[in-house]
Amino acid sequence: MNDVKEKLVDLLAQFTRLSSIRLPDDVLRKLHELSGSETSERARFFYDAMLADLDMASSLMRPCCQDTGIIQYFVEAGSKSPYLDLLEDALRQAVVLATDRTPLRHNCVEVFDEKNTGDNTGTRIPWIDWQVIPDNQDLSIYIYLAGGGCSLPGASKVLMPLEGYEGVLRFVFDQVTSYGINACPPLLLGIGIAGSAEVAAKLSKKALLRPIGSANGNERGHALEVKIEEAVNAIGIGPGGTGGAKSLLGVHVEQAGRHPATLAVGLSTACWAHRRAHIIIHPDLSWEMPTHQGAQL
Amino acid sequence: MSIHHLKTPIKEEEIRRIRTGDLIFLSGTLVTARDDVHLRLVKQQDSLPIDLRDGAIFHAGPIMAASKDRPGRYEVISIGPTTSMRMERYEKEFIEQTGLRLIVGKGGMGRRTEEACAAHGCLHAVFPGGCAVLAASLVREVREVHWLELGMPEAMWVMEVENFGPLLVSIDAQGNNLFEQQKAIYNEKKEAELRALNAYIGEAFRI
Ligand code: SF4
Repeated sequence: MNDVKEKLVDLLAQFTRLSSIRLPDDVLRKLHELSGSETSERARFFYDAMLADLDMASSLMRPCCQDTGIIQYFVEAGSKSPYLDLLEDALRQAVVLATDRTPLRHNCVEVFDEKNTGDNTGTRIPWIDWQVIPDNQDLSIYIYLAGGGCSLPGASKVLMPLEGYEGVLRFVFDQVTSYGINACPPLLLGIGIAGSAEVAAKLSKKALLRPIGSANGNERGHALEVKIEEAVNAIGIGPGGTGGAKSLLGVHVEQAGRHPATLAVGLSTACWAHRRAHIIIHPDLSWEMPTHQGAQL
Repeated sequence: MSIHHLKTPIKEEEIRRIRTGDLIFLSGTLVTARDDVHLRLVKQQDSLPIDLRDGAIFHAGPIMAASKDRPGRYEVISIGPTTSMRMERYEKEFIEQTGLRLIVGKGGMGRRTEEACAAHGCLHAVFPGGCAVLAASLVREVREVHWLELGMPEAMWVMEVENFGPLLVSIDAQGNNLFEQQKAIYNEKKEAELRALNAYIGEAFRI
């Protein structure tokens, strides 16, 4: 079993490392597309730097942004995966290993002690979110590197239902025009709508894990995504926040049934360096990475 | 949009010639200073381990690696700007007390920094956020590190840079503030967009 665990830890460490270096294929495609749509000199200045940075990061195998974030894993665990007992500890060990190997910046500060732990693990960190998939043998793991700048616009709030979707939009737009500008746009907006603050917040983060441009399962929900994207782009924040034709990688909304008396909204934002990665690990430890074609770990 | 090449120590006249929207390339010494360094100097009234007069600071928390060939020395792996607004609370006093000429960071800064820049001849400029490997490639050497006990991101890293940039000037010494000007535009457009969106929702969702 030890040998197997070592292999699992190594695989997860390499996965974590790669996620800090190479952006997922869909984000990269979108950045190229957005870059092509800008004509102003100032907007070009930002995209040229981003694309040059990504090239250098891949060829030197270094984190594309220095803020490699608080490390978060979102696990969809097959109920029949042989690694369920090992996984939590394996993820912690993988973080320590990846921090050393890559290297990743030391970002975990213990609350109250106010000390940096120096290895990116700490109380409840890496953050692990579990979901069980019945009758399945695989581990499906998303990683998200939650940087400081892009986590700062995050918020959630419970509104009175009569404030309606207008209240939801006001909340989102105010956050984006105040904090979003400093969060390294173009941004991906994750919006959760639910009945209580923590559900809305969690859904807003899960929305960031969807492929860029994927649609909300509800027709009206998707229409809203499209409308919000058009409206935020029209504000003209641009890459870097100093103006441009487009400001977003996309808008993803996720929802859960709400209480008749509450309408909660949550917002999470991802920056242009949207370091999300997805790996599926089979029982024989073979794997695929749907977000990073051709990846080698 | 004009382009300026600056070298530390930077003269006040040079700073006063530059305007928001201009681009700067910096050569000479660049020192990282973020939250804790500001806190230590301004709030805890510690003295800084190095002289920043006519110098340049970088709001940045880098990833450094101990050099393999040169014991005791460091190499920069990745260094990009952090959100400058976090330092707004102490930047005015920081400028007053150090005689600094250039602050490099990310996003805008506020009224107090603007005042200190105008009064003392200092600029705030941005390096594209997150472009940390690109920035690292413009660092020639990490010369010293101070206050490493604050942790890698918060320590003062003293670096030699060459043509570090382009840096987009966001606050000049004339009282102009690029991000604040832009924000006023965004806020106006935001209201118009929200009105249109609300009208659409009322229609489409029938609520
Ligand atoms: S907002 Fe994103 S790209 Fe910008 S510094 Fe933070 S993690 Fe890096």
